[in-house]
Amino acid sequence: MRPFDYVRPSGLPEATRQARAEGSAFIAGGTNLLDLMKLEVMAPTRLVDINRLDLAECASLPIGGLRIGALVTNSDLAADERVRRDYPLLSRALLAGASGQLRNKATTGGNLLQRTRCYYFYDTSAPCNKREPGSGCSAIGGATRLHAILGASDHCIATHPSDMAVAMQALDAGVEIETVEGITRSVPLSDFYRLPGDTPHIETVLEPGDLITGVVLPAPVKATQIYRKVRDRASYAFALVSAAAVVAVENGTIGSAALAFGGVAPRPWRNHHAELMLAGERPSEKLFEAFADEVLGEARGQGGNDFKIPLLRRTIIATLKQATEESQ
Amino acid sequence: MQTDLTINGHTYALNADQRTTLLDALRQHLGLTGAKKGCDHGQCGACTVLVNGRRINSCLTLACMHDGDEIVTIEGIGSEEDLSALQQAFMSEDGFQCGYCTPGQICSATAMLEEVKAGWPSHVSDSLDGKPRLSDEEISERMSGNLCRCACYPNIVAAIRSASEASS
Repeated sequence: MRPFDYVRPSGLPEATRQARAEGSAFIAGGTNLLDLMKLEVMAPTRLVDINRLDLAECASLPIGGLRIGALVTNSDLAADERVRRDYPLLSRALLAGASGQLRNKATTGGNLLQRTRCYYFYDTSAPCNKREPGSGCSAIGGATRLHAILGASDHCIATHPSDMAVAMQALDAGVEIETVEGITRSVPLSDFYRLPGDTPHIETVLEPGDLITGVVLPAPVKATQIYRKVRDRASYAFALVSAAAVVAVENGTIGSAALAFGGVAPRPWRNHHAELMLAGERPSEKLFEAFADEVLGEARGQGGNDFKIPLLRRTIIATLKQATEESQ
Repeated sequence: MQTDLTINGHTYALNADQRTTLLDALRQHLGLTGAKKGCDHGQCGACTVLVNGRRINSCLTLACMHDGDEIVTIEGIGSEEDLSALQQAFMSEDGFQCGYCTPGQICSATAMLEEVKAGWPSHVSDSLDGKPRLSDEEISERMSGNLCRCACYPNIVAAIRSASEASS
């Protein structure tokens, strides 16, 4: 691990100011950052420890909905009574990720910002446009089992590894951000992540010094919520593909449907256009197949991940079938 | 940089490079070698300790982040004369061969049983109603952050089941 300065700000203004300088990084749970620092994939020159800031509360909002502080741990969020009752999809997604020990440290803000598990991002001897802009992408033409079938570019085909963010994407979450200027802004999660394009090292809309202070979930809707994760082993593994669904069926027709997918793209993937195909329709295998085909219309395999295209198709159909049956 | 650490009820003044992980602080600076270094990347669980009652991977956190926290290591759980229920159960059920992962397994299971008592669901829980029943499948899922290269898993599950039944 490279040497760094360690600072512990006493409040938000100090935190964002300390993190503004190049080479600075916030540290919260640290489970991903310290792992990457040991491998020297990341080498911040200053760590801004935000663990003592007052960001660990989950608060019910007067207008309905839940504001989740950025430092709420994955364990606490999954076990929160309101989340279990109103957003079971989020509990399920959190519990499907990592291990008990990691969930006790991993935070809501940190989970959103965790880095890809692309083998070449981790291998400092291999070119990687995300780690070292302009050096090339070793995954293209390499081992691609974990890689993206949607949203990738000729410069990067890495996937976002989070389960939590996939559930939040289907729940229409918003990200609350504190800027260096002391302004609080809110960004829909669907606009928070940037696609790689030719700048895969820029992963989000965050500016230097910006700190995620919380995630806001809108008031719960009456709907069936499901998180389905497919992985190489039964526990403690990243998703090959996953699907988060919030589906309401009324009088035999689909009222609303929100679906997000993990393990397949550089960000939690959602296709609002395809969702329009479902609203107002009667659930049927044919409808689900048409929806899956629309979601996968632009999908492209890289060889080692070709299997994800039929796997996601089947996962989408199975998830919609289960969700519409349970919602009847 | 100096950090005051409270470990197993004792206060230690640690003077170490701030890159020092909690695991390295315990093992190399404070002589508490119970927590083990396996992968050093949070994958194996051999380094599991309790911080403020919660199980964490001590290899993936910096010692300097923990002043004021209450840390418990395997040295603070039971003693040779007075084993904890889980330690006794690991002996009775033969829950290890080489023993390298055992301190992590016992620290992890100690906190895991508290999580179940607090009503935390797991990935394999049928319901999120806050009343999980500790089946063998639940034990395996909840302990998936602790690997055992000797593959003593059946006996580890039996030991945890037995300690859990004895306490309830």
